[in-house]
Amino acid sequence: MTRQSTFRAAAAGLALVASLLAVASPLVRAQDEPRVIVITAKRFEFSPNQITLAKGETVKLQIKSEDVTHGLFVRPLGIDTDIVPGRVTELTVTPDTAGTYRAICDHFCGAGHGGMKMTIVVRE
Amino acid sequence: MKKDLDRRRFLKIAGTSMGVGALYTVWPSLGRSAEAAELARRLGAKTGERPTPFTFAQLSDAHVGFDGPIGTRALEKAVATINGLPRRPDLVLFTGDLTHDTEKPGEHAARMSLFKEISGRLQVAKVYHVPGEHDAGLDGGELFRSVFGPTSYSFDHRGVHFIALDNVSRAKPEVGAEQRAWLAKDLSRFHPTTPIVVFTHRPLFDLRPDWEWFTSDGDDVMNLLAPYENLTILYGHIHREDHHTIGHAQHFAARSLCFAFPDPDKVEDKKAIPFDKDQPFKNLGLHVIDRTTGSAAHADAVRVQEVELAMNEFSGTEGFNQVLKPATF
Repeated sequence: MTRQSTFRAAAAGLALVASLLAVASPLVRAQDEPRVIVITAKRFEFSPNQITLAKGETVKLQIKSEDVTHGLFVRPLGIDTDIVPGRVTELTVTPDTAGTYRAICDHFCGAGHGGMKMTIVVRE
Repeated sequence: MKKDLDRRRFLKIAGTSMGVGALYTVWPSLGRSAEAAELARRLGAKTGERPTPFTFAQLSDAHVGFDGPIGTRALEKAVATINGLPRRPDLVLFTGDLTHDTEKPGEHAARMSLFKEISGRLQVAKVYHVPGEHDAGLDGGELFRSVFGPTSYSFDHRGVHFIALDNVSRAKPEVGAEQRAWLAKDLSRFHPTTPIVVFTHRPLFDLRPDWEWFTSDGDDVMNLLAPYENLTILYGHIHREDHHTIGHAQHFAARSLCFAFPDPDKVEDKKAIPFDKDQPFKNLGLHVIDRTTGSAAHADAVRVQEVELAMNEFSGTEGFNQVLKPATF
């Protein structure tokens, strides 16, 4: 076997593997990748203002700001991040205790800052 | 044993505590006995400044500019009450939210000027301030510093070391590494028995984190302060009186001069207590105590008018029982 034919065989093998992966990967992704929840912050509210998670479920929060820097803070769930406008902040959360949690903006954002909150429900 | 009892007695605090803050009398009995004079001498030798009796007051959360029914009346009344005291305090400490924020050009500066004009009527030797998030959260403290100077600093007064801490200017509820390093250096020259008063805006412990009643690096700050046995923390932000003892530290919150929040242990949502037009100063009003008899004698003496008056034997003064504890003599 020449060097060229060896390369051709290897390339064919790689193509086969790639095509198998292309078929298999949607299934793998559906089973293993966390659910994504998009949250938008703007003065002085979060949208949505309530999300529901399952205990033990890993979810990815994608949070963005439409105006100024905000925060998202929930001490019992270990969430404490700034949300800077112009980029998406990603957090992965796996709640281990069921309950209803209040999330607040903890980066002062103006006169209505004290009322900027959302609810995170974790069900059994 | 008798000596210990005597010491405890002469260290007892005289306190006229006002709900808008508290008037503290420090070292009330020093000089009245040979033992007290000896304690003062020994404390002075340890701290570099011999303690002598004095009083100071804490006021908080005036929110000048807030669109509410009280306006600046409670602030003006507090100033008038302090000026009317038979013995005026040496110092007045304002623990933040002097103003309510606004983004209307020039308006926040006008509110800060109005606060300064009203508080400038205080006829006391010295007035100190720390910012609240409504003063400094949007501009990193730039306006506050232009009017009042640094947002964190320290000073000594008659044997007590006072420390102003800023836990709002970073927009988040935090003191920050740079200020903590400054605090560690500031504390390093003091003996563990030195009476220390920290005044700041937000609580330095987790009082109710989901109401933003906490400081994220409060534990780090308190670890720096932990070696000091006579430690009092005064703060505002929560618009209600509160007292917690954590380790050596006594944490006290003063009422607001604007509106009141409810007991966080009794309600889920942080909503201001509704205004009562028949009792406009309810939950804001002056709170006066008589250290010895619980009678209204001192209340009459300060001539509190149109202000809720509550008698409470110990409110606002337990910290100074702790401050004055001669821990390691």
